[in-house]
Amino acid sequence: MPNFHIVVCAGIVPDPLQTLEPVTTPTGPGLKNEMMLPAVLDPWAGHSLYEAAALAEKTGSKLWLVSLAPKAKLQQVMMTVAQKVKFELVPIDGPLGGFTDAYSVAAALADAIQTIPDLDRTKLLVFGGWESATRAAGVTMQVVGERLGITEQFQGVDEIKVSDDGSFEVLERIEGGRHQVSKCTAAPAVLGWATGNLPEPRNNPQVGMVNMRTVMPALQKAKAVQIAAGTLAYNAVALPKQQRNTRVEKNMSPDEIAREIAMWIEE
Amino acid sequence: MEKILVLVHLDEAGTSLPKTAFEAVGAALELGSPITIGIIGDNVQSAADALATTGARILAVSAPEFSQPRYSSDAAAAEALCRAAEATIVLAPSTSRFSRVLPGVAYRLNGAAETHITGLNPDLTVTRWFYRQRIEATLSRATRPWFLLLDPGTHAAWQGAPGTANLEKIAVTTTPRTTVTGIRSPQQDQQTIRPDAKLLFVAGAGWTKKQADGQPHVADAEILIKGFLNNSGASLGSSKSLVDQGSENQAVLTFLTHLNQVGQTGATPRHPKGLSTCCHGEEPHVVGWRFINERRAINLDANCGWARGKADVVYVADAFEVTKKLNALLAQKHEEKLAVAAVL
Repeated sequence: MPNFHIVVCAGIVPDPLQTLEPVTTPTGPGLKNEMMLPAVLDPWAGHSLYEAAALAEKTGSKLWLVSLAPKAKLQQVMMTVAQKVKFELVPIDGPLGGFTDAYSVAAALADAIQTIPDLDRTKLLVFGGWESATRAAGVTMQVVGERLGITEQFQGVDEIKVSDDGSFEVLERIEGGRHQVSKCTAAPAVLGWATGNLPEPRNNPQVGMVNMRTVMPALQKAKAVQIAAGTLAYNAVALPKQQRNTRVEKNMSPDEIAREIAMWIEE
Repeated sequence: MEKILVLVHLDEAGTSLPKTAFEAVGAALELGSPITIGIIGDNVQSAADALATTGARILAVSAPEFSQPRYSSDAAAAEALCRAAEATIVLAPSTSRFSRVLPGVAYRLNGAAETHITGLNPDLTVTRWFYRQRIEATLSRATRPWFLLLDPGTHAAWQGAPGTANLEKIAVTTTPRTTVTGIRSPQQDQQTIRPDAKLLFVAGAGWTKKQADGQPHVADAEILIKGFLNNSGASLGSSKSLVDQGSENQAVLTFLTHLNQVGQTGATPRHPKGLSTCCHGEEPHVVGWRFINERRAINLDANCGWARGKADVVYVADAFEVTKKLNALLAQKHEEKLAVAAVL
């Protein structure tokens, strides 16, 4: 079985259960109390990390996690994530949030990947989420790939199967709840993951202890970057205004409800 | 004046254009500038003919290797079309094929791409959602070329008579390392995702929980939900919690996968109506409903999130009971329709 050098790009996002309120900051739009909101690993990127870890274990591959976020928030999230799978962290100390420019973020990620010592670009698989839960653009991974000169790219990936000759089969989500099946002859490649097939691993304190030996020193040495806004200009940023006038029916029988819904469906 | 290019590709059959392509053409024509259309595929003449009366210049990259949706060949084709058209604004439908490739093409051309565009204004400001449909923003960019991927259903499709197109072919050579070997669909009896359905039916985790008798009734839930989908033709969505139960080997509806997931970490489908059952209606779930026009919910909890201005109607009731009755009603109506059709 061939081995790979797998680099996972994963940002951090506000916990989905938090209330989000946009505000204007000196650097552009942001979220109210953004630094105070509890953060989690970006969900789709998280799935890519778990898939990468499973692949690394199966193939004896090396795994790095490249993450761009304020150092303090990253440390907080790593306390949990580092207990799940083994990886080597490559932190980038930069701004948080969905209103940053995807192209500038991709540049910072690609630069960080290129500085990883002993990275074999011929064995490189770059993983990440196909979209983030912040910008939800689906732009960053493609640009990271382009910057690294990788022309075999897959998005909305739910599965990778590696063959003994180093080729691999990829399942990508397409319209209508279906998958496109592709065969790629070899690394390097970029895979932007959807949910994959693996559940979130349980926390394992022993894995956490191993990871934290390298995570904490890496965080201390994290390179600070500025993310340029480029020519992106926001005219308005707002919460959806629509508030529905909900009719709450507490006393209707199942028969009455069924009749009403059936009529509504037929309308 | 901006030079507008509309990029389209042939559908899976490789014979015609998908509806979203006509929507992108319609959006481009509304901007008021002359447009160029670039087509990617194998046999593109009939697709070009379908757009002939738009008055647009029509370019194409056509060869057998461009029939397959694949990053390396699609990127080379799109790049060549953009260069040939000297485009400053590139409009394209947000298909899986173009979403995969156009952000990278924009980088190659020193441009930028915006995806999931839901609104395009004549002054070239665009509207899109952030934080998974929780915050809406209007934005613009000075960078050119600027690629705008339009979400399906957000613009009226161009409708015009076909003609005979004067097609300009652009030669592109690629050496892809990837081969598309097929499409994997769920088996017919498991086909629960129907993008064109009028109704989205969302099953929440409540279907697998203990019911009034203290026992879960997952098998019954499965029969009821499948029955409803067959009777109504609805598309099936699910909350993340229910999908995750499956991957954690808990008892769950066997036909649910992550592809059914709607919400914060799932899809945000577009259907005219949506019926939520046994969901708690909190924001992470509701973002999956952002583009559902009419929303109703069945839930045992009168204080659930749906009751707070997110659904049009919330029925406080047992979804098992209601769905059972509903299935009987829908089946009866279906039989009545068949009987009428037989008489006619």
